[in-house]
Amino acid sequence: MAVSGRSVAPELTVRAPGGASLPGLSTPPLAQRLGWALSDTLVLTKRNLIVWARVPAYIFFTVVQPVMFTLLFRYVFGGAIRVPVPGGYVNYLIPGVIGQTAGFASFSTAIGFARELQRGGIDRIRSMPTARWAFLAGRLIADVLRLLVTVAVMVGVGYAVGFRFSGGAGYAVAMVGLAALFGLAICSVSAFIGLAVKDEESVQAFGLVWVFPLTFVSSAFVPVRAMPSWLQGFANRQPFSEVIDALRILALGHPVQAAVGQSLASATWQSLAWVAGILAVFTPLATRAYKRA
Amino acid sequence: MATDADVIEVRGLKKSFGPVQALRGVDFSVPEGRVLGLLGPNGAGKTTAVRVLTTLLLPSGGRATVCGYDVARHPGAVRRLIGLAGQATAITPELTGRENLEISGRLYHLGRSVARRRAAELLGRFDLVDAADRQAKTYSGGMLRRLDLAASLIGQPRVLFLDEPTTGLDPRSRLGMWAIIKDLVAQGTTLLLTTQYLDEADELADEVVVVDRGQVIAAGSPDTLKDRVGGDVVEFTVTERRQLEVAVSAVAPLSQGPPSVGSEGLRVQVHAADRGSAVLVDVVRALDAAQVATTGLALRRPSLDDVFLSLTGHGAEEAASDGAGRRRSRPARRGAGPAEAAEPAGPAGVARASGPAGAGTTVTSGTTAASGTTAASGTTGPEEG
Repeated sequence: MAVSGRSVAPELTVRAPGGASLPGLSTPPLAQRLGWALSDTLVLTKRNLIVWARVPAYIFFTVVQPVMFTLLFRYVFGGAIRVPVPGGYVNYLIPGVIGQTAGFASFSTAIGFARELQRGGIDRIRSMPTARWAFLAGRLIADVLRLLVTVAVMVGVGYAVGFRFSGGAGYAVAMVGLAALFGLAICSVSAFIGLAVKDEESVQAFGLVWVFPLTFVSSAFVPVRAMPSWLQGFANRQPFSEVIDALRILALGHPVQAAVGQSLASATWQSLAWVAGILAVFTPLATRAYKRA
Repeated sequence: MATDADVIEVRGLKKSFGPVQALRGVDFSVPEGRVLGLLGPNGAGKTTAVRVLTTLLLPSGGRATVCGYDVARHPGAVRRLIGLAGQATAITPELTGRENLEISGRLYHLGRSVARRRAAELLGRFDLVDAADRQAKTYSGGMLRRLDLAASLIGQPRVLFLDEPTTGLDPRSRLGMWAIIKDLVAQGTTLLLTTQYLDEADELADEVVVVDRGQVIAAGSPDTLKDRVGGDVVEFTVTERRQLEVAVSAVAPLSQGPPSVGSEGLRVQVHAADRGSAVLVDVVRALDAAQVATTGLALRRPSLDDVFLSLTGHGAEEAASDGAGRRRSRPARRGAGPAEAAEPAGPAGVARASGPAGAGTTVTSGTTAASGTTAASGTTGPEEG
């Protein structure tokens, strides 16, 4: 009964049933499509933010956990850690925790994608005229906005426990901006992992495996020179350290440059280079994984 | 053959996942305003076909068009014309019903006020007004399916794909979904529906295409298909052999053709064509009048398994394959059950009728069936694997 044999018809004719003209017959103009894609992205961002606001566990993860880390290091470990930074350990700590938060924020990116794939919800959206990349962009933007909420909360908590910006308002804003960009980059890595691994629990486990070493074997909580020498090479050169050093200089001003061992300019450029490099590698990978998922 | 009015046209469609051929050259077409039921067990290729037609998968060979657009070459055009619904997986549980619909509307590129208005209309039409502003995670299975269907309709698609819209629903919700689907069809929606249930295809589809192992093994109207299977059967088991003859002559006038007697000599089958319920009552009266004691008295409607058995000689036994259209290799448990060995007569063993594919199609007559041989042999059915 079934007809076998390949027969991919070569002609490109578009035939409307009954000869009637159809909606969708012509491709809409580029401006129209860009407008739709933008609107799709905003709608999906909003959707993700509503979901986040309604799940207590997500709020805990976004707000309470980073605060916990801040207080833990400030009062439990902080006394034992000597840092060459004016204002003491708390000034060293807050930019470090903010950098770490960018890493932790990416968990929800990976988990969110994996959950959506597992449920099958992605099929509906892919069968709709919704822009392909809006699904990715909508989640990344929502996750970065959440990261900004976390950063704001942590700066507030930091101020309560003795942290002060000392480089001026412009640098403080630049610090938050760099943290957000770095968060975007790390979330794009997580997006790829979530879309490629597709299983919520595996993604959770895997997230710990790569994010924890990168955030802790960095300059986030302790100066790298306090680590064994074999570890210092990695700790100094990995992106979290680069970015956290830059965050620290932006937060505390030029006097810290010597303590960090880098100038503001070189730390910032290196951080931006990492951000650009990570995005350049992982957004295409994530897009491809999304198309194949 | 395809005509200009065919909204969906599938020719020689093939899809492989690595070495696994999920579709091996499938042909069918759906004219405007008609309902096609793709009927088959899990893993037959139904979902793969739907995924190709809804632009989620690229075909490995052959051709599929929706409203004249090739799904592989003009996916964007196809996506503007179709709606996809099924097992409510596309619903975001943390959003309310209304939010789910409005967001779907916006993603179909409706204006904000249009999306809002249409969401309100659909909530009313699908009886979800009271629950509209509750999070979808509080919804029952039936409500979720209705919401899912509503979300797929918000863009006013010309063609609707429903992938197993009632799988896993309780009987009442299932009837509710059927009513809604019939209503859509009455309004002229072109519909492609996949199902594992013969009665569902019978109820909803104008035309049924039976798929097995990635191939079309039969196509036609539900009635044609059922005729090939043989219709309803009322069966019972007499408790004492000496009553067999009395029983058979009592029910003979009610049967289309002579009643069959099972090889073990105690089971009697009365062929009831499409009048199962009426014949069941008559059989009870006749047996009562003849003072025959029976154990398992049941009405059995033809199930997907019967269709498969009559078309292919094997049952629809692949209950364990996944939903992505990737098939596992066929387990070699066919014909191993004691129930089948004891039952060479009839289109399919009773055990099969109570398997997963036949769920909801077996109508038992009250409590007698539960203790009788029907129930006993039912436990050795294909569910085992």
